[in-house]
Amino acid sequence: MTPRLTFATTLRVLQQLRHDPRTIALLIVVPVVLVALVKWVFLDQDHVFQRVGVPLLGIFPLTSMFLVTSITMLRERTSGTLERLLTTPMGKFDLLAGYALGFGAIAVVQGATVSLVAFGLLGLEVEGPVALVLMFAVLNALVGTCLGLLVSAFARSEFQAVQFMPAFLLPQFLLSGLLAPRAEMARALEILSDYLPMTYAYDALSRVAAGQGFEGHVAGDAVILLGVTIASLALGAATLRRRTS
Amino acid sequence: MKNPTIEIDALRVVRGGHVVLPNLSISMYPGEITGLLGPSGCGKSTLMRAIVGVQVVESGAVRVLGEPAGSRPLRSRVGYVTQAPSVYDDLTITANLGYFARVYGVPKERIAEVIDTVGLSAHAHKFVRNLSGGQRARVSLATALLNRPEVLILDEPTVGLDPVLRAELWDTFHQLANQGATLLVSSHVMDEAERCDRLVLMREGHILASASPREVLLQSGTTNIEEAFLSLVRTMEKAA
Repeated sequence: MTPRLTFATTLRVLQQLRHDPRTIALLIVVPVVLVALVKWVFLDQDHVFQRVGVPLLGIFPLTSMFLVTSITMLRERTSGTLERLLTTPMGKFDLLAGYALGFGAIAVVQGATVSLVAFGLLGLEVEGPVALVLMFAVLNALVGTCLGLLVSAFARSEFQAVQFMPAFLLPQFLLSGLLAPRAEMARALEILSDYLPMTYAYDALSRVAAGQGFEGHVAGDAVILLGVTIASLALGAATLRRRTS
Repeated sequence: MKNPTIEIDALRVVRGGHVVLPNLSISMYPGEITGLLGPSGCGKSTLMRAIVGVQVVESGAVRVLGEPAGSRPLRSRVGYVTQAPSVYDDLTITANLGYFARVYGVPKERIAEVIDTVGLSAHAHKFVRNLSGGQRARVSLATALLNRPEVLILDEPTVGLDPVLRAELWDTFHQLANQGATLLVSSHVMDEAERCDRLVLMREGHILASASPREVLLQSGTTNIEEAFLSLVRTMEKAA
């Protein structure tokens, strides 16, 4: 890995985003609007908002980063720039890590904004440390970024890439424990959910909401999510083929 | 004669069950511009992709500057410009070149130099998406010039350019060759042939002729490359 190549890519990705204010607005504003919607949908059942609110602060960034990166990476593949980059000194891992860092930076802004609105304006409460919520929001955004980079390898068009969201993320959302406790699901689903990243996103944030700090299960969840991030970057790099037919 | 910079021996490439290059051998030399001519679909781009090492090959050897094609040490010594401009639409010309300059690790001053070389100084801060097709192709070319590559593979670099600009770019190619670079330039426009030191005429994955433009004309007893090409095809078909 060469930092010069990684940072060059991060800088380029951020430059591209800077010239695309609409995408930035969507990335920052949409999670805020969604959390606000949840608040008002459950206006008379505040306990529901309090239960799902904090986990959603992690799940929304995961989803939006997944979408944006899978399409951005697919564009790189289809526009010929990827093939060109692979004939230069650029390493595969440098390229993907550069992307992850760039979108990670956006994720910090996204996570901070949505947390600020949720805790400051919408009356969301958290027993554990707010900084920990923010950390998990960013970590989840990174999980989404790296999963998006990985799955873009399996899409042939932007149309397919968009379809990966319901195909790949919606089942994780259903099984994460947010809609129903995992212990009450069909046994097979409960076992399956052990292998899905979003389960750990939900688990960590719901525990922090209930007052747990960075210890025990919460720390374990963080390690798993970080592992998913690194594993999908490595897998993603492996799917980038220098030689194609 | 000098040692070849590009050596291709019995190269065979199959794409999607179709044999694109059955058995191709050729060498290219430093200080020379080799023109790769032939109708579209004859295997020009596939051959170029094999030289830069992004093509899956079935058999045969491709060596560039003494190393296997596409190997790590070659990636900062070989420049490649694809037929479709491969640059970022949502960045300015300067930002595009800035990125590749960082990738190659060349000083920032090179950015303005190569933009000037391809005649885009007046547009340096325009977004690539707002450029014409020919201007985009030039941004793509400028990118490959940044690190002064020893081997430059150019797939149809002058398509859609006005004649003045085309002449200027060919001057640039000759300057690079004079400095010792090896250039391979593909074209389906036969009138660019006379600007090359050597011509490789291709059809259906086979090399019809490989010689200087003058020799090709002498061999075929014709007065222009287009006719020479036709005459060579007819001779081949009679032989078969």
